[in-house]
Amino acid sequence: MTIIDESDVILSVKDLTAEVDGIPILKGLNLEIKRGEIHAIMGPNGSGKSTFSKVLAGHPAYGVTGGTITFLGEDLLALEPQERAISGLFLAFQYPLEIPGVSNLDFLRVAYNSRLKAQGKPELDALDFDDLVRGKLDIVKMDPSFLTRSVNEGFSGGEKKRNEILQMALLEPKLAILDETDSGLDIDALKIVANGVNQLTTPDKAVLMITHYQRLLDYIIPDYVHVMESGRILTTGGKELALELESRGYDWIRDNELVGVAE
Amino acid sequence: MMSSPVKSQLDGVTMPLDHPPTATDNLQRLLNNRPPVTRCPWLGELRQRGLALASEQTIPTARDEEWRFTDLSALLNTQFEAVQEPLVSPNPSELTTDYLANTIRLVFVDGHYASHLSDVSGLPNQLIVTSFSQLTPDQYPLLQNYLGKQTGNEEVFTALNMACLVDGALIWLPPNAIVPCPIHLLFISSAFASPLAAYPRCLLVAQSGSQVTLVEEYKSLGAGVQFTNGVTEIWMDDQSMVTHVRVQRQNNQAIHIGKTAVSQGQNTTYQSVSVGLGGVLGRHNVEVVQVGEQSQTLLYGLNVSGEQQVIDTHTSITFTRPHGTSQQLQKAIAGDRSHTIFNGKLVVPKAAQLTDASQLNRTLLVSPKARVDTKPQLEIVADNVKCTHGATVSQLDGEEIFYLQSRGLPIPYARQLLVDAFTTEIISHIPLPQLGASLNQAIRQRVNHPM
Repeated sequence: MTIIDESDVILSVKDLTAEVDGIPILKGLNLEIKRGEIHAIMGPNGSGKSTFSKVLAGHPAYGVTGGTITFLGEDLLALEPQERAISGLFLAFQYPLEIPGVSNLDFLRVAYNSRLKAQGKPELDALDFDDLVRGKLDIVKMDPSFLTRSVNEGFSGGEKKRNEILQMALLEPKLAILDETDSGLDIDALKIVANGVNQLTTPDKAVLMITHYQRLLDYIIPDYVHVMESGRILTTGGKELALELESRGYDWIRDNELVGVAE
Repeated sequence: MMSSPVKSQLDGVTMPLDHPPTATDNLQRLLNNRPPVTRCPWLGELRQRGLALASEQTIPTARDEEWRFTDLSALLNTQFEAVQEPLVSPNPSELTTDYLANTIRLVFVDGHYASHLSDVSGLPNQLIVTSFSQLTPDQYPLLQNYLGKQTGNEEVFTALNMACLVDGALIWLPPNAIVPCPIHLLFISSAFASPLAAYPRCLLVAQSGSQVTLVEEYKSLGAGVQFTNGVTEIWMDDQSMVTHVRVQRQNNQAIHIGKTAVSQGQNTTYQSVSVGLGGVLGRHNVEVVQVGEQSQTLLYGLNVSGEQQVIDTHTSITFTRPHGTSQQLQKAIAGDRSHTIFNGKLVVPKAAQLTDASQLNRTLLVSPKARVDTKPQLEIVADNVKCTHGATVSQLDGEEIFYLQSRGLPIPYARQLLVDAFTTEIISHIPLPQLGASLNQAIRQRVNHPM
């Protein structure tokens, strides 16, 4: 029974500490995510939420100083960012980059094929890939004209986020990390993005949402809500915790935590 | 101006300094060594004119404004032999590439016409595509109003080319001729134990209403030091259109100094895509004069340098009549310890009111030791014109690379994608997709190694 449980673990983070420019940001973070689960990390600005997402994806500016991250049984920290992506980790960026001169379609195909290549599978040619991607556009209600434009260039905030979810749909990650995916979205775009994520979430996969606001959680219902503060997870609860945070702010958690420490 | 006497005067010494050959000596040596003209005796008069112009000069130094950033010491320190007659006869299979198939082409080896490598079959009537050496005596007079008649002949390397002229390519378009396929000129420099000098020449005369795509390409056969000093003259009558693709991909020891001189009549469109990849020193001078009004000049350029290459483009667009337009996008990628140079001159005299000119130079530095010099040079007298210019220098963006990595692309691949994105704005203007693909391949090889 235990063994089956173990294999269900997608991500296991133990006592993680990390810094940026020599400044410690993560100070002993613990988290475990299993198949089929949806987690949300909430917390005030500067609590280390986005740093955590960058560390998971392997951004070179973030240095891990201690702890472990195990992803699907592998030591994630030993992998290059592209190897993490190929093993099934996906980060939807808070600010997706614009890449002038690279067509979105080419970008998506290259990304898709680099995974196939790493798995030793034959790559898809342009025509086959075109069929594949067109079949996925509806997940995020994206107009085909976005495929021929440069990656994210001139896209609105909502279009960029939809493009991120389209990439997620193509890359079929085991763990999707959505970093502030709701920021800068109007309610219609938010619904489209959330709906896309929900369609892609199957029992063998997991989602980690990082968000400042409760609003996204109305559309993507989390199994667990973690509250982060000063580089650690202070408390964990169910989806009702998010509502409580929304009405009471973050201070009461801090106060509770202090009480807990004092005890 | 010679460098050593100036220096000795400054030092109060009147004796010439004892050091390697001076600029004068070396130019004189090139002139003394000029190849005899055997197949085109009628070029003799022009060669004399060139000789007279060149003899008065020296090889430029950093004191010459036009050569401020460009180190010509490689040319000073090497003794070149001119190629008296074709020395090699390359096997066609060494040269034939897929983008050359089905084109009209003239091939020159070290400045001399190679008929067995050329293909001018299926030429439309009245269209002349040939070498000077293949002309019949009744055809010489055609050239007399054009060959060597552009302004700027006194410039030292133009004069040197003229003095050493042995052959050249002639493209003659009758009025309203529309050439259905590109005309390809391939200038090959061969490498031998002793460094060789070659003086390629091209003359294109586009009569009124004619249209053509010209591909001018410089390549090396083998490694070794070579000096290629080429001049291309393009004459455009009213309403003509010329698309000119110029590719310089000689080996990395070559010294290439080339010039394109264009005279545009009324309502003409000259579009050029110039790609510079080769040479320890690769210099391209572009001089466009809009002689007629309402003409359009579109210049796209890309230089890619690595190792210790110096790749330099100097352009000049002169407007002389109202309503002229020009658009220019000059890009460069510099890696290793290479040096890329751009000087973009726009001349707008009083008579050229309502000129609309834009110029943009973008450089991507892919190594911390690479160097760029870029300089717009606007000489505007007319008071009702629109002239814009800009220059940017940047590096590959680490965040963009991380974004691509996070989608599964290894770093070299991510860099390649970003470099492709940078170059595609120029390469996409080449109307021959296979040539574009071949250049992309060459650029990737040059750029694709870690910073």
